[in-house]
Amino acid sequence: MSRTPTPAPQLEAVAVEGLSRGAFLLRGALATGAVLGGSAVGPFVRRALAQEGGDVDVLNFALTLEYLEATFYSRAIREGRGLGADTRRLVREIHDNEVAHVDALRGTIKQLGGRPVDAPKVGFGDVFTNRRRFVGLAQTLEDTGVSAYNGAAPQIRSSEVLAAAGSIVQVEARHAALIRLLNGETPAPSAFDAALAEKNVLDAVTPFLKS
Amino acid sequence: MPETDTQPGALRELQADAGTRKRFLKMIGGAGAAGALALLAAACGGDDSTGRRAAEGAAKTPMGGVGNDLAILNYALTLEYVEADFYDQAVRSGQITDRAVADLAKRIGEAEHAHVDAITATVKKLGGTPARRPATRFDDVIAGGPARILRTAAIVENVGAAAYLAQAPRITSAEILAAALSIHSVEARHAAALNQLTGRGFSGDGPLDGSVPTGAFASPLPMSRVLDEVKPFLAS
Repeated sequence: MSRTPTPAPQLEAVAVEGLSRGAFLLRGALATGAVLGGSAVGPFVRRALAQEGGDVDVLNFALTLEYLEATFYSRAIREGRGLGADTRRLVREIHDNEVAHVDALRGTIKQLGGRPVDAPKVGFGDVFTNRRRFVGLAQTLEDTGVSAYNGAAPQIRSSEVLAAAGSIVQVEARHAALIRLLNGETPAPSAFDAALAEKNVLDAVTPFLKS
Repeated sequence: MPETDTQPGALRELQADAGTRKRFLKMIGGAGAAGALALLAAACGGDDSTGRRAAEGAAKTPMGGVGNDLAILNYALTLEYVEADFYDQAVRSGQITDRAVADLAKRIGEAEHAHVDAITATVKKLGGTPARRPATRFDDVIAGGPARILRTAAIVENVGAAAYLAQAPRITSAEILAAALSIHSVEARHAAALNQLTGRGFSGDGPLDGSVPTGAFASPLPMSRVLDEVKPFLAS
């Protein structure tokens, strides 16, 4: 089930600033993706979340990721150049979904008696000035997001929370497929998402686990 | 749901009694083509709510957890067999003349075969007997031409994704859950691409009620509904 990882260097353009554990984890996940490829992010996240924390910790990580995506698309809507009508329509729809995910995750965290983390400060370099680069990064972020959710979900204890995470990741996967089609790529690059074996990832990401 | 009335009892019985467990596992493994429907119906009853908690309770009795996961895996395997068969027949028919669409169908079919292989291997690793390949019937769909084939493919993929989503919270083992999730999101990718190809757009307007996300959240499909969707494609 494992496959050769392909690095995603465009993830280096993504900056995440914040002091929450979710922000630290997300930085580690993106760095892992930049070095080893999106399929390495799932095992990284799974390992990192296994070290401590409960469902609130997992949800706050997911929330941080959704903040990043929501901001990414909101900036694309405002600043994107030459997107074209079809892309713009899809970007708006995806943006609305990410905002709904943020709201749902915040609500769930509060329901569990936890405190939702604040949105991190994020930067994306100058990708919005160029359609090709924007859609390229969107694809990498969506694929990485799917992998991150798939990695985080097995740590979830509550069946209700797991069901909620599942209903979100399925929509993230649909985003990923549609963005890939925009790029003229196959919607599913592999028969298994984030199937890279955990042991292949561990050595390379151990430094990030300490943060 | 009527299913939830019987399933917890069946699960309890399964955990408590080695003889029943053996019979159950035999039934799961031994279900042939004609038994595919019975397998789908029997494998996992309660699709909703307390599944994972029940499974966590089951995990305390190791065999109970494994039996539960094996049943879900064989349910998934049966669905994957149906999907793989469908793409095989659709590609072989030559009905899809658009080269890009034919390529996509071939690629998706290969993924479904990879899922069949992976689930079969996992069932064996757990000491179970993989469900047999059910006999399928797609003649009408394929004779209906490329539009009908793609529409059916979209339905099958959306149902598949929704079926995995319903079962995931019921899986006991973290490893098997991780494997199921890595398949679930691929089914979702297929579904999205086919929705797009059939002109449904992202939110899948059209006759796919209940199996396509209507917004930011995907809905699970309980086994009884999956059964209704798949039944026309199973030869008796």
